[in-house]
Amino acid sequence: MEVEILEIRDHMGRHPPFEALSDDLLDEVASQVEVSYFRAGTDILAFGDPLEELLYIRSGAVEIFRRSGELYNRLVEGDIFGQFSLLRDRRVRFPARALEDTLIYFLPAAVFEKLCEQDEAFADFVELEKPRLKAAVEAQDKSNELMLTRVRKLLTRAPVMAEYSDTVQQVAKRMQDASATAALIVRQSDDESQRTYTDRNGMRWYLVGILTDQDLRNRVLAEGLSSSVAVSEVVTENIICIQSDESVHEAMLAMLRSNVHHLPVLHRRTPVGILHLSDIIRYETHNSLYLVNNIFNQPSVEGLARLKPDVRSAFIHMVNEGANSQMVGRAMTTIGRSFTRRLLELAEEDLGPPPVPYCFMALGSMARNEQSLVTDQDNALVLDDRFDPAQHDAYFAELAKRISDGLAACGYSYCKGDVMATNSRWRQPLRVWKDYFKEWIVHPNPEHLLHSSIFFDLDGVYGDEALVEQLQALVAEQAPKSPFFLAALARNALNRTPPLGFFRTFVMEKDGRHKDVINLKRRGTAPFVDLIRVHTLACGSQAQNSFERLDEIAQTQLLPEGTGERIRDALEFISMVRLRHQVLSLEEEREPDNTVEPANVSDTERHHLKDAFQVLSYAQKFLKFRYPVPSRS
Amino acid sequence: MLSFRLATPQQPSWDDYFAHRAETTRDGRLARFYGEGSLHPDTPIGEAPLVALDLETTGLDARRHDIVSVGIVPFTLDRIALPKRRYWVVRPRRPLEAASVAFHRITHDEIADAPRFEAILETLLEQLAGRLVVVHFRHIERPFLNAAVHEAVGEEFKFPMIDTMSIEAQRYRQTAWARLRRWLGRPSVSIRLHNSRARYGLPGYQGHHALVDALATAELFQAQVARHYSPQAPVSTFWR
Repeated sequence: MEVEILEIRDHMGRHPPFEALSDDLLDEVASQVEVSYFRAGTDILAFGDPLEELLYIRSGAVEIFRRSGELYNRLVEGDIFGQFSLLRDRRVRFPARALEDTLIYFLPAAVFEKLCEQDEAFADFVELEKPRLKAAVEAQDKSNELMLTRVRKLLTRAPVMAEYSDTVQQVAKRMQDASATAALIVRQSDDESQRTYTDRNGMRWYLVGILTDQDLRNRVLAEGLSSSVAVSEVVTENIICIQSDESVHEAMLAMLRSNVHHLPVLHRRTPVGILHLSDIIRYETHNSLYLVNNIFNQPSVEGLARLKPDVRSAFIHMVNEGANSQMVGRAMTTIGRSFTRRLLELAEEDLGPPPVPYCFMALGSMARNEQSLVTDQDNALVLDDRFDPAQHDAYFAELAKRISDGLAACGYSYCKGDVMATNSRWRQPLRVWKDYFKEWIVHPNPEHLLHSSIFFDLDGVYGDEALVEQLQALVAEQAPKSPFFLAALARNALNRTPPLGFFRTFVMEKDGRHKDVINLKRRGTAPFVDLIRVHTLACGSQAQNSFERLDEIAQTQLLPEGTGERIRDALEFISMVRLRHQVLSLEEEREPDNTVEPANVSDTERHHLKDAFQVLSYAQKFLKFRYPVPSRS
Repeated sequence: MLSFRLATPQQPSWDDYFAHRAETTRDGRLARFYGEGSLHPDTPIGEAPLVALDLETTGLDARRHDIVSVGIVPFTLDRIALPKRRYWVVRPRRPLEAASVAFHRITHDEIADAPRFEAILETLLEQLAGRLVVVHFRHIERPFLNAAVHEAVGEEFKFPMIDTMSIEAQRYRQTAWARLRRWLGRPSVSIRLHNSRARYGLPGYQGHHALVDALATAELFQAQVARHYSPQAPVSTFWR
C-alpha cells in the first residue's frame, strides 16, 4: 500500500463503519477517495442537488439541517453523511454546512454500493438507525447468560493437595498453612481412569478423596487415633465432584443432595479448587431473593434500615452480572414492596388490626415494576367505603406516617410532590378515588394531567387488593372512550424531550446549545414511559410495566409495524446506560443519580444513545399525530 | 497587486514564452507540453485545471543534488482527484547520502531498480500539460526540474508555478503586523508546509513523501483561496 493512501486508510480505519471492513475493502476505499476543503460557514451540500458520493469528515465539523432549515445533527471528525440520500434518489435531502474549517473525503457511490453489498455490518450501519440499536440491545441480552454464574467464578485459590501416604498431621499442617478447611488426597498412578489427571510436571495422579476439618475431628481425634496415622486410613473416598463450568445453582443442589459442605471442583479431570458451602452463601447474600427473605425476618424499622447496604450490593451485583433493565427493575421493585409490606406488618402489630379494610397502593415506578436504586416513594391508601374519617382516620394517618418514615429510613426519600398516604387527599375511600379518577379523565387540565400520569400507574402492595383492582378497571374502561383526555395526555407527554445527540463530548440540544451533562431519566426513560402510558390507556390495557405495556400495544393497530420494537430497544438501551452509570457511581463511592456526562460514555454508546433519542423523538411526533384534539361539535 | 509585479517589462508573458518554446524546442515531448499553451492570465482560479507537485531530492542544491521521487495530484478548487495521482521513485545520478535517506526515507534498495528521470519525463510532461502547477516552495521544484530536463534533453524547462509558501509569506510575514512582531524581536510565523496547514485547520500528515506533500499542498491551496481570495481571482494573481 502506498504511503499517501495509508494516511487516508489509517484514519478511516479507525472510525465506524470503516473500522470493521476487511483490509482489501479498506484499501479500495482509501485509493478511491477524492478530497476537498471547506471553509467554516460554507455550504457542502445544498438541498436537491444530485449526490454521487458518500462524505467523510477528515477534520473539522459539519452541521446537517432538515429541509426546513432546522438543525438535524452536528458531525465531527470520522463521521459520515450523505448515505441517506445515496440509498434513495441520490438527491441531497439534508443540506450540510461546514461549522469549522473542514476537510472532506468523498467516496464514489459505486464503492459505497460495493461496501453495502459485500459487508453486512457496513450495510446495517448506513441503512437505518434501527438495526444498530437492536444489535446493541441483543448484545446486552446475550450477556444475561452470565446470570448463570459458573462455579469457577467463586473459586479464589488452588486446592490444598496431599499424598495418600502422608500422615494426618502433615495434611493438617498443610491445611493450617493455607487456612483451608479441606485437602484433596491423591496418589501416583499409571492407570487411566476418570479419576486420573496429569499435573504440570507431567506426573500422573489419581484423585483418591477429600479430608476435611470435620474428618480430622470425627475420625481422628474422637476415635483416639495417633497424629502419625496415614491419611489413607481416614480419607473419604467415593467423593462427589463438580466441573468448573457448572452453575453455582448446580453446585448448591449437589451439596444438598449428598449432604456435604465441600465440593472438589475439576476442570476436565484436573482439580482446580474446593467449593465450600460458605462460598455459595457469601455469593448468594448479594442475591435479591435472599435479601427479600431477610427483609421479612426483620423485627424493627431499625433492622430494616440496616439492610440499606445490602440493597446496594444486590443492585450492583445484578447490573454487573448482565441483567437487563426489566430484570433489575422487577428485582428492585420486589425489594421495595417487601420493605413496604414488612413496615405495614410491623405497624399493624403495633397499632392493632385496621378498623376497616384498606389497600396500600403503589404508584409510579413501583407500580410499573421499574424501580432503580435512586427512587422516591409514591404511595396512597384506598380505604373501604365504610370509612368514617372522624372514627377511623386517626388510625390510617398514623399507619401512613409510620410507612412513610420507615421507607425514608430505608433509603426511599419522601415524595417531593407529596404524593404519599400521609397526605389526607391521598388517603380516601374507594368512592372518592373513583370520583377523582373520573374527574381527571373528564377535565384534563394541567393539574389533573399531572395526577393522571402519576396515579394511572397503580398497583396494590398490601391489604385488600380488590380495592385497587377496581380502580385499575375503571381507568382501563374510561380512558379509551375519552379522546379529549387522550389528546391532552399525549400533549402532556411531549413536555420532556430528548436532546438532538452529542457533539464531541457534549450533549447537543435541538437549538444547537451544548451541555456537559444529561439527565437520562428526564430526557430519556421518563418521556418513553409517558408516551407508552398514553398508548396503553388508549387500548384499555391494565398492564403496568412499560415493556409489558408494549407487548399489549403490539396486539393492537395503534402503532405502525416495527415501531413498538424500536421503542423497546431504545428504552432498554437508555435504561441500561442509566443503571450502569449508577453502579459506576456506587463503585466510585459517589451518590448515584440519573445524570451522565457524555465524556464518560464510550463512542459506540454515544452513537447508540443518539439513535435511541431519535427513536424517542419520532415516537413523540407520532403521538401528536395519533391523538389529535377532537373537535367538540 | 501581484500581477503588477509579474508584468514587469523585462519578463515576457508566459503565453509568449510557451509559444516560443513550442516552436523552437528540438524535443518532441517538450514540444507537446509547450504546445498545450499556458492558461490565459485572466482565467479565474476557480476554473483552472491545477496539479500539485512535489519532489524529494538528495539535497537542496540543484547543481549538486538529484531528484529521488516525484509526486503529482491533479486538482481544481472544487476537488482533489486523488485517484488520478502519480508517483515515481527515480534513480539519482549520484549515490544517496545517509543523511538524505533519513529525510525522505527512500532507501538504496528502492532506487536500485528505479528508472532514471529521463524515463518518466514523457509521462510526467503529459500529466502537467495544460495544468497550472502548484508547489510549496518553488525554489526547489523549479531549479531541480530545470536541471533534470537539461540533463536529459539539453534544454531549459520553465513554466508558471503557484507557490503556496509565498502566499503564506505574503499573508503572515509581509504584513505591518508581521513587521511589528519582527521589530519587537518575536519569532516569525512558520510558513513550512505543516505549520501553514495547521493555520487552516488542516490535519497533520506524515511529511517528506512526494505524494503526501503534493496532496498536502493541494489541500493547503484550496484552503488559502477559500480564506483569502475569491474563485474569480485571475490565475495571474497567483502564478510566478
